[in-house]
Amino acid sequence: MEDPNGNAIIKAVILIGGPQKGTRFRPLSLDVPKPLTPVAGYPLVQHLIESCIHVPSVKEVLILGYYPADEITPFISEIGPLYSSIKIRYLQEYTRLGTAGGIYHFRDQIRAGLSNTSCFILINGDVCGDFPLSEMLEFHSIKRDIPALLTVLATEATRQQSSNSNFGCIVEDKNSHRITHYVEKPETFVSTLINCGVYICSLDLFPCISKIFSQRQANYYAGEIQDNNGDCWESIALEKDIITPSVGNTGCVYVYRSNRMWSQVKTAGSAIYANRHYLALYRERQPERLANSRCKTRNTPCKIIGDVFIHQTAQIDPTCVIGPNVSIGKNVVVGPGVRIKESIILGDSVIQDHSLVMYTIVGWNGMIGKWTRVEGTPCDPNPNKPFAKMDNVPLFNDEGKLNPSITILGCHVRVPSEVVVLNSIVLPYKELSRSFSNEIIL
Amino acid sequence: MKALILVGGYGTRLRPLTLFRPKPLVEFANKPILVHQLDALVAAGVTQVVLAVSYRAQEMEQELSSYAEKVGITLIFSHETEPLGTAGPLALAREILSSNPEPFFVLNADITCEFPFKEMVQFHKGHGKEGTIVVTRVEEPSKYGVVVCAEDGMIQRFVEKPQEFVSNKINAGMYIFNPSILDRIEVKPTSIEKEIFPAMADSGNLYAFELQGYWMDIGQPKDFLVGMCLHLTSLKAKGAKLATGDGIVGNVLVDPTAKIGPNCRIGPNVTIGPDVIIEEGVCIKRSTIMKGSKIKSHSWLDSSIVGWNCVIGKWVRMENVTVLGEDVIVSDEVYINGGKVLPHKAISASVPEPQIIM
Repeated sequence: MEDPNGNAIIKAVILIGGPQKGTRFRPLSLDVPKPLTPVAGYPLVQHLIESCIHVPSVKEVLILGYYPADEITPFISEIGPLYSSIKIRYLQEYTRLGTAGGIYHFRDQIRAGLSNTSCFILINGDVCGDFPLSEMLEFHSIKRDIPALLTVLATEATRQQSSNSNFGCIVEDKNSHRITHYVEKPETFVSTLINCGVYICSLDLFPCISKIFSQRQANYYAGEIQDNNGDCWESIALEKDIITPSVGNTGCVYVYRSNRMWSQVKTAGSAIYANRHYLALYRERQPERLANSRCKTRNTPCKIIGDVFIHQTAQIDPTCVIGPNVSIGKNVVVGPGVRIKESIILGDSVIQDHSLVMYTIVGWNGMIGKWTRVEGTPCDPNPNKPFAKMDNVPLFNDEGKLNPSITILGCHVRVPSEVVVLNSIVLPYKELSRSFSNEIIL
Repeated sequence: MKALILVGGYGTRLRPLTLFRPKPLVEFANKPILVHQLDALVAAGVTQVVLAVSYRAQEMEQELSSYAEKVGITLIFSHETEPLGTAGPLALAREILSSNPEPFFVLNADITCEFPFKEMVQFHKGHGKEGTIVVTRVEEPSKYGVVVCAEDGMIQRFVEKPQEFVSNKINAGMYIFNPSILDRIEVKPTSIEKEIFPAMADSGNLYAFELQGYWMDIGQPKDFLVGMCLHLTSLKAKGAKLATGDGIVGNVLVDPTAKIGPNCRIGPNVTIGPDVIIEEGVCIKRSTIMKGSKIKSHSWLDSSIVGWNCVIGKWVRMENVTVLGEDVIVSDEVYINGGKVLPHKAISASVPEPQIIM
């Protein structure tokens, strides 16, 4: 099918998983589904939707996950009017179906309105970045002797990070850009080229998945015990079950390299990293979103340093100093003499006079008293290593102590005046009564 | 009457404040420690004071000479070339101390209290024996030398740092002696507690005078701050002029040349020295800020000692007996928890756990 301009219509599918996923995003994900957590002022999934919308031929975005529909559909209804030229829908999986099982289950909805030679964008909801989707589509559609089934977006990582069971590793044929070998989360070194979790998929993918589905179905009804990591037999993984067996010298899986910004967003700490990078992207592409004295479209009287997002309903005292890399949400109130940097302040929070907040995520409805210091430690990629990615540092070190990390206050946390909260994680609704350092506070 | 003040040596426990400044000249409640004692001695009629020093005698002489003239007191510096302990210095100053048969005071330079010198003299003349030791009651006597005495005050024995409870009265570091005590001491390293007092106690020559009011040995930063709180309380009770006004809480002593900005909260138990500048929105509790320092806006200090001519940035947090030596610069937004920072140091990274920063 074609749109009024004669371009072939394509769709985008975003996989957002469900409550059992995103446990490393606690305590923020205890109240709000991870994909709806705002970073740089907008929910994570909204940034992904916007990446897709920038591709003119995308006419529908389907969001797949197993969150209960009533947790996601209000958000979809709210943003619908903002992107009126496309349709956005949430399709709830009945159980965990995996990165290929979900799209297979909803293949009819995905295929509807597309021509047979069409394709769709598939994005793993766990990632963020600046994806070259239009370029990937062009690359995918190039005429080849073996047509592309799948084009995988890839980027460089360090040798050490790629061999540490973090990423899917890709070996590429430099001439044809075919993937000749693929290993998901290897423990030893395979390649520094890693899978970004963003794909262009041909509709021919569905017959591929169908074969596996039928095989599994047959085994199931034949009474064979299948260990699918605790998931049902219908759960099929794109990386393990489709890509890995399909690669090779005569395979049909191709790779598209990019060095543009990309990161996983698995921990709350990585949200701070994503925040910074999305704010930098605004500076390039949508400067009207930033509270930046240079762009003069926002009349914030307080002092702004670097890239800062301030929601139009937030009230910031003129004596504050905000930034760099700060996002302030809806209805937040910030009192006189407050300093905020490298942090995300979620909606309805209050920060009182003279306090300092840095490397912290303050959850919704947080309350921070006067002269209080709330501070975390960044886990940024090593600046000395090119292509280094964020380290997903374990929560505890070998001695059982909490590793220094971003401080996270769950929703409705109250921090009294004049205390210090350092490198700590506070669960929702907690009312602190003293200073804390390097602790998880239940 | 005469007095001898055991000023002693390097004041190492009060470092980094005493790294380049002799301890007696470190300001306590905006007045050098030694001057508190000298003022009290002058008020009690003392005209000659021997300062037994082993370090930086010249610097002290220079600083104190104008004070001595103004107040009408003669200061004699008795310089130990080798450490003589707590008794040896008396022997060194024998000529001056025994020039007349009047008893003389001996004070430990680290003590702060209400200095009841007149009452001490009365008590000493009352019992007529060779020595009077001032004792005070403390909560944790085992850290000190404990004194056991009879009802009339006659001291029976001493126990150094007892392992089991003996008594809660300790040697407060202030004495009155008759010159005859000098016959017991030679010019060599001698401990008055261990070598001289026991013999005097055995012969019934030592009496204990119970101190009323507060007492503190301010030789280390933690105790310096406790002593400051006690001293300010005592000043208030005596009707001294402490700071009042917006943003002042509890007992606060502010030098008239200091400037405090708007929206601050200063106190309780804070001492602000001369020429100190405190910008807006600063909160200071239980701390001493020495002369010439500057504290920039929105910072928060608790239980800290800021040395001379320091600059503390904005949104700084200091707590837990943090001590900054002279001329320390702390960058904006830094957190110092129990740091001891040596002079002329610039701190740009936080110190989240107690540490010494060289």
